[in-house]
Amino acid sequence: MFKLDNTRQIFGEALAEYGVKNKKVVVVTADVSSSVMTTFFAQKNPERFFNVGIAEAGMVDTAVGFALSGFIPFANTFAALLLRATEQIRTCVAYANTNVKIVGSFAGLSDAKDGATHHSIMDLAVFRAMPNMTVIVPSDSIEARKMIPLMAELEGPAYIRISRAEMPIIFDESHKVEIGKGITVRDGNDVSIIANGHLLSRALEAADKLSSQGIKARVVNMHTIKPLDMPLLRKCAQETGAIVTAEEHSIIGGLGSAVAETIADENPVPVKRVGVADKFTESSKELDPLLDKYGMAVDDIVKAAQQAVKQK
Amino acid sequence: MAVKTGYSPELIKKLEDMARQLRIDVIEMTHCRGQGHPGGSLSPAEIMSVLFFHHLRLDPKKPQWENRDRFILSKGHACAILYAALAHRGYMPLEELETWGCLDSRLQGHPDWKKTPGVDMTSGCLGHGINIGAGLCLAAQLKGLDYYTYVLLGDGELQAGILWEGAMLAAKYKLSRLIAIVDCNGVQLDGTTEEIMPLEPLRNKWESFGWAVLDINGHSVPEVLAALDKAHANGDKPTVIIARTVKGKGVSFMEGKAAWHGKGINDEEYQQAMEDLKKNV
Ligand SMILES: Cc1ncc(C[n+]2csc(CCOP(=O)(O)OP(=O)(O)O)c2C)c(N)n1
Ligand SMILES: [Mg+2]
Repeated sequence: MFKLDNTRQIFGEALAEYGVKNKKVVVVTADVSSSVMTTFFAQKNPERFFNVGIAEAGMVDTAVGFALSGFIPFANTFAALLLRATEQIRTCVAYANTNVKIVGSFAGLSDAKDGATHHSIMDLAVFRAMPNMTVIVPSDSIEARKMIPLMAELEGPAYIRISRAEMPIIFDESHKVEIGKGITVRDGNDVSIIANGHLLSRALEAADKLSSQGIKARVVNMHTIKPLDMPLLRKCAQETGAIVTAEEHSIIGGLGSAVAETIADENPVPVKRVGVADKFTESSKELDPLLDKYGMAVDDIVKAAQQAVKQK
Repeated sequence: MAVKTGYSPELIKKLEDMARQLRIDVIEMTHCRGQGHPGGSLSPAEIMSVLFFHHLRLDPKKPQWENRDRFILSKGHACAILYAALAHRGYMPLEELETWGCLDSRLQGHPDWKKTPGVDMTSGCLGHGINIGAGLCLAAQLKGLDYYTYVLLGDGELQAGILWEGAMLAAKYKLSRLIAIVDCNGVQLDGTTEEIMPLEPLRNKWESFGWAVLDINGHSVPEVLAALDKAHANGDKPTVIIARTVKGKGVSFMEGKAAWHGKGINDEEYQQAMEDLKKNV
């Protein structure tokens, strides 16, 4: 079992600290700063913090204005609510190729209690389909924290997911991240489990279970789903001959799709996708039982791996 | 607003008692679940009481009755008080309120019309109510039905641009059977509306969009009764009732506080809240 820490607070503090160092950073938010914890940024950098009220579409366009003037705007609200600004993001961020950073908080099912309106199971599908967009799904809080400066210093549009939940701690301070470079966190040659976000810790638990059954699973942290780390993916396909993806998202359009599309193009091996099976979710007091109910249990990953191995 | 007299003291008492009961239910539910949005569920208690226990044309035995009045909780996070009202009105057993937010419950963290009898539309993302209400009114005209559509909005919610698209539409088509009620409690998620995004002068905004405007004390049952009756009598415009309320009304430590927008209630807070609500009899 993993220890947990408070991802949104760590994100909020990291953005605030980075904003002290880099005066080009501005934060634009839509009446949810106390939930997504950009309040830390507001405390440290009050002159560069803007609350536009309940106006997500306007928030994104305001950020675009800052980007046109050389600032590095972070536009931030709940991931599910960013869909209201999809056209703004498509036209004025992705197409216009402006240097806007979009933070989708309460990502995946992490706002378990608030139900399907607040669960975000298609943000990755939408933003990944936009040319020019970088799409990042950090797999623990340390990784999320380390992504902030990288994302700010990357030229161009980028989207990052931040969980509302306390996430399992997987990495330590020495963890090295690079946008677009996946990381093998456990070796094995029978099957590769490619995971990110909250599902990476579950993938590692699944690998433990599989090893007791004699299946050696490689586990890869694919924190960037666009651009996808093709060399690493190719290597996984060649060396393990079977792939499972695991993510807190619909199996349509996210990491699973990205991997399956790539594998189908180049190096066909069996691919099984673990995620939400094209249905809307529901309210739950806690995240873990919700993930279990909607197809993202450790055992779902185990089963998918067994099937993928069988199909080799 | 001049208050129309003629409402019997019994009616007023009944509706005030129900408002208090709904507040008690909100506190019980939010305590039982340990999650929820108590502030904005307490502020519209008188409005909900008058609508569901006097004004709306409903038949709990026929939740899908085609000519029923429609009610859209556009500020869907306040669903606790909607569920409580529906349960007292007979749409579901009162005990079901305890399942709110649990896996497999019909009572979701935000309203889901496919799951909960009596809920006319799914909500939870702010800003949809006016356009949907306008669509319902236009549909009624096409079908020759005479139901009214009521939309309960938050004041912070008024910052959503789409809502004003609907406001223009409703005025263009003279949708006099569309009645919006703003739960104008002066507080949103991050702070007061004044701090986050000032809304005033609200009356002028709605008037300039072509709406009839009534500005009332939303905690006065007679004023709510009179405003809804007046809105009914309005000939050719949609009506908005700006109901001035207090967020967290009735619970001393919640009143006016953004911190109580979205937060569960612990045992100690529960005791205090219940004392406050019972004291106000
Ligand atoms: C489109 C959208 N943006 C943001 C939110 C998050 N949110 C939920 S409630 C709320 C504040 C609402 O304030 P108000 O409308 O004044 O409601 P009330 O005070 O009656 O609770 C916010 C920002 C949301 N649910 N939907
Ligand atoms: Mg309000």
